[in-house]
Amino acid sequence: MEYIICKEADSQGGRGMNFVMNILSLGIPFSVALLIASLGEMFNQRAGIFNLGCEGLMAMGAFLGMLVPYSIGQGHYVPGIYNYLGLILASGVGALLGLFFGLVVVTFRAPQGIAGIGLQMFGVGTAGTLFRHFVGGTQSIPGISVAPIPGLSRIPVLGTLFFNHNPMVYVAFIMVPLAYYVLFKTPWGLRVRAVGTQPRAADSIGIQVNKVRFQALALGGAMAGLAGAYLSLCQAKMFSDEIIAGRGFIAVALVYFGHWHPVKIMGGALLFTLAQALQLAIQGLGIDFPYEFLVMLPYLLVIIVLALSKKSLLMGPTALGKPFNREMRT
Amino acid sequence: MEQMTKAINTLRIEHITKRFPGVLACDDISLEIEKGEILALVGENGAGKTTLMNILMGLYHPDEGTMYINDKAVHFRSPNDAFAYGIGMVHQQYMLVPNMTVVENIALGYKQAWKGWKLDLQMVRKRIEEVAQQYGLVVDPSAYIWQLSVGEQQRVELVKTLCLGAQFLILDEPTSALTPQETDELISLLKNLSKNLSIIFISHKLQEVKDLSSKVAILRHGKVVFKGNTIDHSSSDIAALMTGHEVVLPHNDAPACTLGPMLQLRNLKVRSDRGFFALDDLSLYICKGEIVGLAGVSGNGQKELAEAINGLRKVESGTILFDGRDIANFNPAQVIAAGMGYIPEERNTEGIVPSFSMKENFILKDTESKQFSSHTFLKKKVINETAEKLRSEFDIRSPNTDVAAGALSGGNIQKVILAREISRNPKFLVAVYPTRGLDMGAAEFIHKELLKLRNDGVGILLISEELEEITNLSDQVAVIFKGKIQKVLPSSEASRRRLGILMAGVKDDEEF
Amino acid sequence: MTKSFKTRYRIVIIILAVLTAMLLGAIILLALGADVIKTYLVILTEPLKNKIGVTEVLLRMVPLTIIALGITVAYRSGIINIGAEGQMAMGILTTTAVALGFPNLPSAVLIPFAILAGAVGGAAWGFIPGFLKAKLEVSELLSTVMLNYIAAQLYTFFLRGPMLDPAELVTGSGTPQSMRLTRNIDLTRFIKGTRIHTGIFIALGLALVIFLLLWKTSFGYKMRAAGASERAARYGGINVPKYLIIAMMISGAFAGIAGSVEIAGVHRRAIEGVTSGYGFSGIVVALFGGLHPAGILPAAFFFGLLIYGADMTQRLVGVPANMVQVLQGIIILVIVATKMILANPYLMQRAEAKWNTLFAKKQTHKEVEA
Repeated sequence: MEYIICKEADSQGGRGMNFVMNILSLGIPFSVALLIASLGEMFNQRAGIFNLGCEGLMAMGAFLGMLVPYSIGQGHYVPGIYNYLGLILASGVGALLGLFFGLVVVTFRAPQGIAGIGLQMFGVGTAGTLFRHFVGGTQSIPGISVAPIPGLSRIPVLGTLFFNHNPMVYVAFIMVPLAYYVLFKTPWGLRVRAVGTQPRAADSIGIQVNKVRFQALALGGAMAGLAGAYLSLCQAKMFSDEIIAGRGFIAVALVYFGHWHPVKIMGGALLFTLAQALQLAIQGLGIDFPYEFLVMLPYLLVIIVLALSKKSLLMGPTALGKPFNREMRT
Repeated sequence: MEQMTKAINTLRIEHITKRFPGVLACDDISLEIEKGEILALVGENGAGKTTLMNILMGLYHPDEGTMYINDKAVHFRSPNDAFAYGIGMVHQQYMLVPNMTVVENIALGYKQAWKGWKLDLQMVRKRIEEVAQQYGLVVDPSAYIWQLSVGEQQRVELVKTLCLGAQFLILDEPTSALTPQETDELISLLKNLSKNLSIIFISHKLQEVKDLSSKVAILRHGKVVFKGNTIDHSSSDIAALMTGHEVVLPHNDAPACTLGPMLQLRNLKVRSDRGFFALDDLSLYICKGEIVGLAGVSGNGQKELAEAINGLRKVESGTILFDGRDIANFNPAQVIAAGMGYIPEERNTEGIVPSFSMKENFILKDTESKQFSSHTFLKKKVINETAEKLRSEFDIRSPNTDVAAGALSGGNIQKVILAREISRNPKFLVAVYPTRGLDMGAAEFIHKELLKLRNDGVGILLISEELEEITNLSDQVAVIFKGKIQKVLPSSEASRRRLGILMAGVKDDEEF
Repeated sequence: MTKSFKTRYRIVIIILAVLTAMLLGAIILLALGADVIKTYLVILTEPLKNKIGVTEVLLRMVPLTIIALGITVAYRSGIINIGAEGQMAMGILTTTAVALGFPNLPSAVLIPFAILAGAVGGAAWGFIPGFLKAKLEVSELLSTVMLNYIAAQLYTFFLRGPMLDPAELVTGSGTPQSMRLTRNIDLTRFIKGTRIHTGIFIALGLALVIFLLLWKTSFGYKMRAAGASERAARYGGINVPKYLIIAMMISGAFAGIAGSVEIAGVHRRAIEGVTSGYGFSGIVVALFGGLHPAGILPAAFFFGLLIYGADMTQRLVGVPANMVQVLQGIIILVIVATKMILANPYLMQRAEAKWNTLFAKKQTHKEVEA
């Protein structure tokens, strides 16, 4: 997939500054899927649950996203509004799967790590199975195209960089301050934070811990589904088994070292995208470097950042990963 | 802003019963409290006090029985219902979210401030102000909970319940983490509050019960065995009723420290988890065949001291001389090999592996020893035999030695740990809160064993919150405050009043 | 709680669990418009209908067993190894390197050497997340997954580059694979006409080794203690970080051995897609087998059956082979949920109370079982 983007960048011509600008402006949309999925996972983790199944939810979202225009067009992809329906369907199913995950880890209190892997396998497997059955093959789809913001996109450098993207990019970046507001300034956000840090305190004051966790999982799931749909409809404009390529896991890791804070998470998402953009840049500049090592970069970066980041949970959800059981007598 | 809740003139519970798997926590309990009364709920651990209070709070549902407020039957499905009626509780473990501010914590329960998409913290601040004015309870609304001391956090809890409109206060062991002086302050505060509210408080500290309550109810094994006016009964009456028999804990009468020092702590500096010095130039020595009791309010460095001695925490500077060798910063295995025994604070998570069987727990520290293994293979027969022997020697109640250790009762778990440590013939034993949460019978057993060890020449560092336990067993009593030893007194000179003053940090206690 | 009720309760819960799993799978199958019963029948019975089918199932059982054993060691030591895919790949690389480098060594020497190399390759790849967790508190769940992706890239790199079959360069078909390895590395196929090889005995042997290691040695005791209660183990003088790292290395080594055995027994050359999900399937097998060798062997057979059966469903009932991944995910979710239900004494007590009121049986006040 990166190969396709690289060709696209190349085709937009030229070397030097223009080329770098093109790479960067292509880089920003790259971060969207990771950003949206991470913000969703942030709500999960703030409520005390980490969902390794994110990858599977994204796969389902990617498939469902493109399924809508495909099936409405009866075998051919139709552009336009149906793509947005695809996004909505992906979010809806993502939310449902999030609730299903809640059934396993909140109601039954199963260990979240392994359950997450199970969800991931389920999601990836289902997406692949349904895709093979209903669609098959790998054709590219028109998807959602770029929508330059009138006026602003004409500004010389910044215009290409910031205002010449498809609408979902703008939506994703608006989600950052929105997520901040929801988490820190609304009653629901307050409940989420309490439930993920000191569920006993929340419970004793009358907050339904499990209900809040389910709500967070639904939101997180919806966002993961949306992020997946973005990948198939807006970015790669196709679906394949490898489309998610670990981004769901990277999203979970990102929330950790973004210290559960929307702005830091955004920074992290951009950082990883830079690693990918670097890969393109190096290839584009003609440096002879084995392709596989470049592809490795983002994953290696995750490990390095995880190793170096502070592990203190002081300002974060200290109850992360622990199921809540009121009847547990200390 | 007016009170949202009506005043509670009488609260009555009748025939309340609650069962948990394997345990009858509350057995046909009936009580009555009127406005302005302070009821002390007394009983040993496991007697059912906390469960009963959780039922009053709507956290648990009773299997049988009814509650009446102002003679009207009420049924609480959740704490929300209890709040609506004006019942508020301050738990033993504070129900506060550490990384949120005081305002945010109170806002969690202050539903009027929840306006859809907006959280009105201003409104909450105003309410806090009101309460502060009315009851004289001052807190800093913008402080993060983790920044506050234990006493300040408790004040936040009180403010919280009052902000939420409490007409009836339940306090669970309110003084367990306070110095005697802070306790006195709390007692006068509560007496003041009782002019407007009724209060139930749970305690097993009989002095407090005498000082504060107007009525007392005693629970034993989930049943109310006694109800009456506090004024009519003495502490020893109450103690006897609590346990059901005259209990005289074993007393240490033998002379001490004739055999030379066993453990010498010199100028220890050890950091806490938060980074500050939990032990700040601490020096202390314990002789062979001597019990030194360490008295102090929990949180003054006891935990860090026990961990440092046992190699579980880094010693920044200073020495720990164990039988002549400096064992500071040895790893735990090395400390164990040097002959140190340890009864840790948390028996369930630090003392045993709960999912392992009893017999597997006995060999936890000895899997490499020639006794239990050869060429890395475990000697099943020897292990089984040893386990049986220990089980009968220490009277551990269980069907066999294969049961999971975590399924045993608290007292029996502690016996397993004790059996393991003692059978290893340690030169020294660090015992941290060894009888916490245990009934009198188990406590008595453990005290007897500790005295036996002492008489055999083993040195013991006894860290405990129970002043009575310390003064009964110790030859010397050391008081720890903010990571330093305030003073070491011979047991005969360690009165409760004197210890209390030292525990609060006052060095010159002679004049008091 | 009576003992007989306990047993009956457990059986009922397990039956319900199985039915739930099948039901969830059925939902997906219905979405495909497939015949649910027929599909399940194909998956579970078709492979067993002839000798080749059975041996093909046994063939898949080999890597599943070995990997699941390794995952069990790690899991019981307190660390979850999701990285078996990558560790297996690294094991294949080292094995292939040995086979390419020493083609003339006799079988008796080369095979153990090659398998050892595979173990070393896997152990090295397992060391990394183990070290990261023990010393830097990095979650192994994330690091192992990342290492899977990295290993996949390394694998492709070697197969397209240094280890590429010289014949490919000539024909130019571009398939990333090594040349056919020396015959000296072949594990004997001992049943004519089938592909089942002596690696199965290696798998069985390793199962015994793990059983002895974990439950009969002081070494295994320490690992299990570290996994069961890290704090108590530490307080008991056990060097938990050391055993975490060792456990991950053993786990990785086993995945590496599984890779070696697959190459030496089945493919006889390094190709793409060898690991093909065994790393993840191994996790399900380990869980399904109750994290004990005695359970892992039948579990591995069962999942070998599932995997091979799913290969056939495309042809016979039009269900894509990916379905097996769906089923595995469902099985994991159902297993972990069921485990929690079974471990909940309150639930059992309430169930018994309801049962007794329903049937008005007199409740005997027997001693409550711990």
